[in-house]
Amino acid sequence: MLRADALGAIYPELEDRIVVTIMGAVAAELYTLGHRPGFFYLEHAMGLASSLGLGIALALPRHKVVVIDGDGSLLMNLGALSTLARYRPGNLLHIVFDNESLLSVGGFPTATATGTDLAGVARACGIPRVDEADTPAQLQQAVVGALAGETLTTIVSKVEAIGPKSFHMDLPLLENRFQFKRALEALRRQE
Amino acid sequence: MPVSVANSQLIFDALKACDVKIISALPETWLVHLIRMADEDPEVTLVRVAKEEEAIGISAGAHLAGVNSALLMQNHGFLAAINPIVSLALLYKIPLLMLISYRGHMGERDPWQTQGGMVTEPLLQALGIPIWRLRDPHDVARRLSDAQTLALAALSPVAVLLTRELMWED
Repeated sequence: MLRADALGAIYPELEDRIVVTIMGAVAAELYTLGHRPGFFYLEHAMGLASSLGLGIALALPRHKVVVIDGDGSLLMNLGALSTLARYRPGNLLHIVFDNESLLSVGGFPTATATGTDLAGVARACGIPRVDEADTPAQLQQAVVGALAGETLTTIVSKVEAIGPKSFHMDLPLLENRFQFKRALEALRRQE
Repeated sequence: MPVSVANSQLIFDALKACDVKIISALPETWLVHLIRMADEDPEVTLVRVAKEEEAIGISAGAHLAGVNSALLMQNHGFLAAINPIVSLALLYKIPLLMLISYRGHMGERDPWQTQGGMVTEPLLQALGIPIWRLRDPHDVARRLSDAQTLALAALSPVAVLLTRELMWED
């Protein structure tokens, strides 16, 4: 499965949500599908998208937060899975696109290429619901199911190590940061 | 354990007065009472992290969602978190109220703490992070409030160093 196709399949479920992505291909591909004020692309600090999502989920318990992570990022902060499992916010959905590669820095293989099973790690950490979805339709179904429920869910999707031609996004990171904060403030006022 | 309960309470009360709702922590001796107080307070969400890096992400998320947070860490935890302090908090102009137990400085008997103690302030200064030392119990409330005010105005991390004189009763 191409990550771009996977994102295309779930975009309708994401567009009105709080979404936090890691840097690189996934950020550029989501941005290309259509940026929304509620999308935040963490352009550095690899590994911390899930922790940032946890902070938002704890602060805004009535709103769903979707974190789009990757294998390289998650492997840098595996402890975060144990922290997520400990507090298990039911409003957090953690999607991991596993391309077995550090694609944006030359495509070197990550440990998932040699057998590390991130869904297994998530289960062993105590994430209450872990799904694996390897087609766009399966992923879409898993996302719809997770967003309809109140259970912290991690979905691991294997994708090909193919990214967009350009990673350029016409969105300075501070503009994204302040716009995103305003979007969350608007949600907060609805509470 | 001669960690000051009274001064830990002063610090905790000051954080409550700052409307801090989320406190992240990684256990360390000087922080035991503070962590227990946060755990027992129904108005505060205590997040026990596996590594201090996570705490920078959690506080960034809380800030973006409009909630005040504070971070409890040992100075070696600050050392562990330097990359996200730089590449998340400083890069994205995220305020952080970091309460750092200042181990390894004057009076330290544990040899393994001393190297971290000697590099803490130089590293904070190199990062351009303002420093307040908490030493006198009478200053605790004012200094924590002022530290939070500066963090939110400057959209910057600030470091509040919890000294041995405040935290440890020999």
